[in-house]
Amino acid sequence: MPRLPTDRLTRKNKGAPFKAPLVVSGKSGNALHVHALEARAARLGLYKGQPLANARAMVQPLSILPADEKADAALLEAIADWCDRFTPLVSLDPPDGLLLDITGAAHLFGGESAMLVHVTGLIAKQGFVIRSAIAGTSLAAHALARFAPAIVPAGCEAAAVAPLPITALDCDDKILRALRHAGLKTVGTVAERLHSELSERLGKSFVTRLKVMLGAEEQPLTPRRALPDLMAERHFAESVVTRDAIAAALLGLAQSFSEILEREGRGARILESVFFRADGKVDRIAIKTGEPLRDPKIIMRLLNQKLETLADPLDPGFGFDLVRLEALLAEETKPGTISFDHDENARRQIAFLIDRLSVRFGEHRVQRFMPQDTHIPEAAGAAVPAQDRDLAPENWTLKRRPGDPPRRPLRLLQKPEEVSAMASVPDGPPMRFRWRQCLHEVVRAEGPERIAMDWWRRSVGESRSDHQKSAGLTRDYFRVETSNGQRLWLYRDGLYRDLGQNTRWYLQGLFA
Amino acid sequence: MNNTAKIAELRHILARYGLPPDRAPVALGHAQADAVLGGGLRPGSLHEVFAQEWSGGGFAAALAVRMTGAKPLFWVRPDYEALEYGAVSPNGFLELGGDPRQLIQVRARKPDDALSAAADILGCPHVGALLLELGGMPKCLDLVASRRLAFAANESGVTVILLREGANVEPSAALTRWQVASAPSRADDDDWGNPVFDASLVRHRAGGLGHFLMQWNPEHAVFKTHPGAVVAAPAHRPAYPQEQRRAI
Repeated sequence: MPRLPTDRLTRKNKGAPFKAPLVVSGKSGNALHVHALEARAARLGLYKGQPLANARAMVQPLSILPADEKADAALLEAIADWCDRFTPLVSLDPPDGLLLDITGAAHLFGGESAMLVHVTGLIAKQGFVIRSAIAGTSLAAHALARFAPAIVPAGCEAAAVAPLPITALDCDDKILRALRHAGLKTVGTVAERLHSELSERLGKSFVTRLKVMLGAEEQPLTPRRALPDLMAERHFAESVVTRDAIAAALLGLAQSFSEILEREGRGARILESVFFRADGKVDRIAIKTGEPLRDPKIIMRLLNQKLETLADPLDPGFGFDLVRLEALLAEETKPGTISFDHDENARRQIAFLIDRLSVRFGEHRVQRFMPQDTHIPEAAGAAVPAQDRDLAPENWTLKRRPGDPPRRPLRLLQKPEEVSAMASVPDGPPMRFRWRQCLHEVVRAEGPERIAMDWWRRSVGESRSDHQKSAGLTRDYFRVETSNGQRLWLYRDGLYRDLGQNTRWYLQGLFA
Repeated sequence: MNNTAKIAELRHILARYGLPPDRAPVALGHAQADAVLGGGLRPGSLHEVFAQEWSGGGFAAALAVRMTGAKPLFWVRPDYEALEYGAVSPNGFLELGGDPRQLIQVRARKPDDALSAAADILGCPHVGALLLELGGMPKCLDLVASRRLAFAANESGVTVILLREGANVEPSAALTRWQVASAPSRADDDDWGNPVFDASLVRHRAGGLGHFLMQWNPEHAVFKTHPGAVVAAPAHRPAYPQEQRRAI
């Protein structure tokens, strides 16, 4: 789309062309130049990269608007989203191009040329100037689209790109200058040179580039998003709006999905449903499961739950014309779909419950706990998404001796809260303290349990006090019982030896 | 096995077929409390714990550990409760006699979410117990919501411990209601002992009430009678004023 910036502005102007020829100005250093221009402006002799002052002198009047590369990039992304309906493999070719890998997709649209006409027609209808080409490799297509739009049959890339100027190679200025010095003006003449000769002078990457361009080597596209392991889609001749119709379509997709998954002995772990709106907007709704999944009923239940709890509900607008279900991650399942084993059944039911809750509230809100190899209280137990099956449950080790009362509080405050405390001896437990505006008398206290921050993680050269500043001070923990029987966990931050009277007290946890 | 015995056994199975499973009460370990409760706390029902100050979490967690057995225990709470009362710490849960591997925490944004998560959890009979923590007096927790909880618990056999913090007693469908405060762990000595709760059973649909001093033994995950009772439990009069007991 050679005129993407101006097309964007014209579209924004409700499709009405500007009164005067439109030029988009860009800034390089301190000089303004022509960043993009309309066909009308180009016909008047203006060109890309021209100093803006020159352009102004040549043509009066001229509509000049500043370039907005971010908006252009966003627009390109949006168009790429829309193009997802043709093939899952769409990649950006910035600043103004898109590459679609249509391998195996063209026949769905009646062959390559029909597909090209179809796609470009739809984009052109939206008010974009578009130039397009189909070729065996991405670089060849890239060059042809810009210099000589064509559909090149497989294996004929070399002949097709031969007459193109060397600028089509899209190399940096140094290489172009070198080629010009050597008297090479077209891609064809460059290709005739010995490759060893070229790599000697211009570097190996240039030769690879050339080979790709000539179709002698493949260069895979970088897809914008992960390719699904499996996908099923349904086109609608007339776009659907109602919930029921959408649900029916999804159910149909889920059913065909489950047949394929069943045959392959796999189940989906991450599912994404993609809704293509007739006006080009694309909504994606993903669900993650802990267990590989293929039962269409369960898939539907999870999807429905997700759809119901969306912060901004799915807006069909003028309707969806394509609904697709993708399995972004499919995994092998153990054979034997029905288990009579009670434990196995229970485990699966719990996993499904966790999936449902995770879909509803977000996976980080449904958690289980993993022990951590640290003695810092707030870090000793990490909450991880309960869906995460990859973490095997580990054993926890008890801090108390058998028969002793608990040594760790049941609840930890999210942040230790500072209390004003009085201790009888500088190193001893507090006698009374004030927390949340209440005065608590300490009747019983146990401690101190001294917990040092990770001093062994101190980096080389860092002094002890510097490390304490970043990692925290050594804490002396006391378990105290107040006069009314409340059991709390307090610590003195820093040692009396180091800080004297400046130590502070914090309350971190509540025992039962 | 001869045929007669076999037929008798099959008859026995057939007779019980389709009936809701007989849910035997789970003894708490505290003799007096178990006697009042008729053998122990009934699974598959709703039990409310009204906490005074910050001690109710321990009592509710102890009940839940007792009731969940080897099955998963879900702890559901809105975000605000964690700010105010602290979030459950797996290490502390372990020290209290629970198994952190059984524990699944659901952090809800607000009380409504917590209630709807609870409804989902109660639909799954393979869950052991649900500890639902709600602070204050959320509007969504009305009599209807509490009836729903009780009904769902009954259907699936999952025990619900509803922990209310900073709340006034209001009518509910709970089978039992407890008012809990911490009590000093030992009467005489300066040592730190196992947690002791001053627990009053202020409502019980299927039996009497009582006021107990219960000590939790983390080692065996049971309640014990407190060795040196600090305050005598009033046996001849109710522990709480009469009107509080009249709630439905």
